Amino acid sequence: MISGLMITSEDALANRSFHTGEVNLRNMDAIQSTTRKTFDAQLKELEQQLLKMGSFVEGMLDSSVQALIRQDSELADEVIRRDDVADNMDLEIETACMRLLALQQPMSKDLRIISTALKIITDLERIGDYSVDIAKAAKLLSGEPYFKPLIDIPRMAELTKKMLRDALQAFVDRSIEKAIQVCKDDDAVDQLNKGLLEELMDYMRKDPKLIMQSVHFILISRYLERIADHVTNVAERIVYMETGELRQIVESHKGA
Amino acid sequence: MSPAKVEDIPVTTVDKDDNMSVKPDDGSGKKVKIFARALNLYYGESHALRDINVDIYENEITALIGPSGCGKSTFLRSLNRMNDLIPSARLKGSVYLDGIDIYRPDIDVVALRKRVGMVFQKPNPFPMSIFDNISYGPKMHGIRDYGKLEEIVESTLKAAALWDEVKDKLHKSAFELSGGQQQRLCIARVLAVEPEVLLMDEPASALDPISTFKIEELMVELKQRYTVVLVTHNMYQASRVSQRTGFFLDGKLVEIGDTEQIFERPHDKRTDDYIRGRFG
Repeated sequence: MISGLMITSEDALANRSFHTGEVNLRNMDAIQSTTRKTFDAQLKELEQQLLKMGSFVEGMLDSSVQALIRQDSELADEVIRRDDVADNMDLEIETACMRLLALQQPMSKDLRIISTALKIITDLERIGDYSVDIAKAAKLLSGEPYFKPLIDIPRMAELTKKMLRDALQAFVDRSIEKAIQVCKDDDAVDQLNKGLLEELMDYMRKDPKLIMQSVHFILISRYLERIADHVTNVAERIVYMETGELRQIVESHKGA
Repeated sequence: MSPAKVEDIPVTTVDKDDNMSVKPDDGSGKKVKIFARALNLYYGESHALRDINVDIYENEITALIGPSGCGKSTFLRSLNRMNDLIPSARLKGSVYLDGIDIYRPDIDVVALRKRVGMVFQKPNPFPMSIFDNISYGPKMHGIRDYGKLEEIVESTLKAAALWDEVKDKLHKSAFELSGGQQQRLCIARVLAVEPEVLLMDEPASALDPISTFKIEELMVELKQRYTVVLVTHNMYQASRVSQRTGFFLDGKLVEIGDTEQIFERPHDKRTDDYIRGRFG
């Protein structure tokens, strides 16, 4: 069963534009050089590892929400098991970054690529953890039918997944514009989260029997909102990697 | 510990009427110690420096980096008129020290070089004792009192972080010292004539890593009292010790800025290529 699901996530990878055929790192200006071939190859490898990890946690997020929607506790278990893989990717990438820092003394953009990788993997790892939290909630909720059809949670999940996909694409394309757009997209997720909280509070006030499910839906909504925030961090890092300027892209994140 | 005062040495012969001074336009309030404007230098037909405009701030280390033959050492030597010694060298433009044009015909070059001292790539101690290496300059400038000279030797060796290692063998030959010690001796020798500016041309490139770090620590100490201009092939050294870094290429100053800006996010692609080792 594990391998079946792994293939599914690999298929998802294969369908992504930047994973088709030769590695599509067309905008990676470092590649053109001739003087530091080994280092360039190592940086390229690092980027590949990052993209792989990004796609992998995206797969975890997708499966956790599918498990919730279909009340599929086996799929939820599978997501929980996959967390170890994500954690290992995190460690591997961190190790690779530390090695490059120690042995290659990177400067300028090379340094920014590596520091960006170090920051991004923490966000990706957290996204994996939240996906596990969603999967655990899905397991708890799999025993009885939902009191209402899931509408807002799948919508939030779609938006969040799209943000993550766009952030990874912005990384591949070296696109500041796309990264900034990702940061802006976060507002819609925040709004849905707020709306859902109010709606579910109402249900709970009216009927205490709905509290168990409602509390879990509120938590799941919160997890998705947090995932979107981590994706926003990733996007902000991409802007830094490209510009060398550390700044918060969208002001409203301070309060939210 | 400040070096001994050498009151009886005339500091400069330039007259102060022609002063020019500039303030950096970055609002930092720093004082410009040296500035060059439209500086061009030719060795015969070869155009070695092209329109250099630069401000060197007081009590900072300014590092100059760039590939071999880019003009960084030539520029360094133009700051105390060492290029005067090369017959084919011609210079246009100007260099100001404390607002005074150092290429004015009435400038006393010896006095200038006393104010703007130089340390070279290979340690070049004189074939004499440690003591005599240090006291040579002050003696040349007229100090005869032995007690005074002893004072100068001790204070400058301390300033050069060498005193503890040599205090028991001051009258041994300077050649008995290790390479790193010899280089610190040469720095002490420059300090003994109380300069204001230290020009350092690859001061650590012939040294092992430990000696290199000692020299670097020393540079950081020295900038409290002196203005340091450092030419180095080792950009990691530039990034470790300097406050500002300039990148030279083909006789031009491509870019100069705060060291962290140059190494984290240089503005010019050529600078970026060079510091990332992606040159050519």
